[in-house]
Amino acid sequence: MRAFRLLTLFVFVASLAPLAYLLLGAWRGSLGANPIEAITRATGVWTLRFMLITLAVTPARWLTGWNGVVRVRRMLGLFAFFYGSLHLVTYVWLDQFFDWAAIVRDVAKRPFITAGFSAYLLLVPLAMTSTAGMIRRLGGRTWRRLHRLAYAAAALGVVHYWWLVKADIRPPRNYAILLALLLLVRLFAFYRGQVPERRGLPVRKS
Amino acid sequence: MIIRRAPDLRSSEITDEQLYLRRREFMKTAAVPAVAALAGLSPALVLAAGQDALPNVRKGVVTLDEALTPWADVTTYNNFYEFGTDKSDPARNAKNFRTKPWTVKIDGLVNKPGDYHFEDLVAPHGLEERVYRLRCVEAWSMVIPWVGFPLKDLLKRVEPQGGAKFVEFTTLNDPKQMPGQRVGVLDWPYVEGLRLDEAMHPLPILAVGLYGKVLPNQNGAPLRLVVPWKYGFKSIKSIVRIRVTEKQPVSSWQASAPQEYGFYSNVNPDVDHPRWSQARERRIGEFLKRKTLPFNGYADQVAGLYAGMDLKKFY
Repeated sequence: MRAFRLLTLFVFVASLAPLAYLLLGAWRGSLGANPIEAITRATGVWTLRFMLITLAVTPARWLTGWNGVVRVRRMLGLFAFFYGSLHLVTYVWLDQFFDWAAIVRDVAKRPFITAGFSAYLLLVPLAMTSTAGMIRRLGGRTWRRLHRLAYAAAALGVVHYWWLVKADIRPPRNYAILLALLLLVRLFAFYRGQVPERRGLPVRKS
Repeated sequence: MIIRRAPDLRSSEITDEQLYLRRREFMKTAAVPAVAALAGLSPALVLAAGQDALPNVRKGVVTLDEALTPWADVTTYNNFYEFGTDKSDPARNAKNFRTKPWTVKIDGLVNKPGDYHFEDLVAPHGLEERVYRLRCVEAWSMVIPWVGFPLKDLLKRVEPQGGAKFVEFTTLNDPKQMPGQRVGVLDWPYVEGLRLDEAMHPLPILAVGLYGKVLPNQNGAPLRLVVPWKYGFKSIKSIVRIRVTEKQPVSSWQASAPQEYGFYSNVNPDVDHPRWSQARERRIGEFLKRKTLPFNGYADQVAGLYAGMDLKKFY
């Protein structure tokens, strides 16, 4: 239990590091000529990274056989939601400065913003149902099905990034490859019958 | 000339001739406190001090009543894909870029084609300082005091022939020095173009400096184009070839994504990039976005070039 607490604490502190780095940069004025763009990019990229890290937890468990790692999955997923929220707030506040008409136009008209906004909307129910109580209320099966939205959210996140870049598609492509690998591992495991229904469940308290 | 009547230029902003003539004296007296100020070691100042000052620059030829974007921002935040696709890459990767010797080939439909050494190319032209807005297609903008000379003066020198209709510019192709060219992000070398009447307009300049200093490598040294009413990518950097043609050139961005980047690429708040709005822009250093002006605020001078054209079609 002690090891688990230490792991939780470590993951929590480490997950806040990107934000701390960003705040330090803002405070020191070292975010470059266009700080708002730098903040938008950092929060966006970290959302994507946390989504992929979260999706890597289960394969990591298969690989290491260490089931304890699944206990930090929820926290990692919530950090994806946290950075996604910061990304959205940056856009609404710093970038558009609450110009709601412009924001609605953007979401409707710009495919990359539509994709990003949809990805965020998909994360909302996942964050809301992340508590032990909600898992119990929904029942493991429904909960698990609902949380498959994480795959769609990650895919939309990659698409959001891909559609944004002008010519250099290498960074979004790298994320796309990582996501594809994480999904392929699952497909492979599924066909090998290595994923009995129950193993995908979070720890049940009832 | 149109520029002299530009509404931006006020007589109060033109350096007094007496003061101008005494500039060397002024420089001497100013040097002492300047050196002292350097001891404070602001990074921006130190960086600027690393570039040589350009001699005999006529100041105030075109001015603007808008705050200049600081040297540090102009020289650390820009697109120059030959040195990497991140806007901080050029400053990092262009440090050892060799701009001496430099030759510019001028060919095509001109009476005086040839390979011009950079020095010979620039020498006959008086250098002047012109403060222009720069509007990037990515919806950010700057105000930059360029040093250069009108493009039209060079073109007149090489005498375009009767059938000439366009001017094509090419950037150096040297993957050894330009790491960005080792990646096929765009088709190298970078190519840009102007219609001949656009090129002969008084506004476009060939720049060799900014803030009175030699142009830093990352900003397109030793010679770059500046066309203030078009999106920044039209202002091609590190030029090695200027070709006068009859056929409309295909620019690199046009070739890469024709539905997004047209040949003209005039700054136009009413024609969005397919993926983002061009109605507003973030002026570097400002928090709130400002409205983007038609032709980047130079409509009075250049709108006539496009009379009768559907700018939604010829974007």
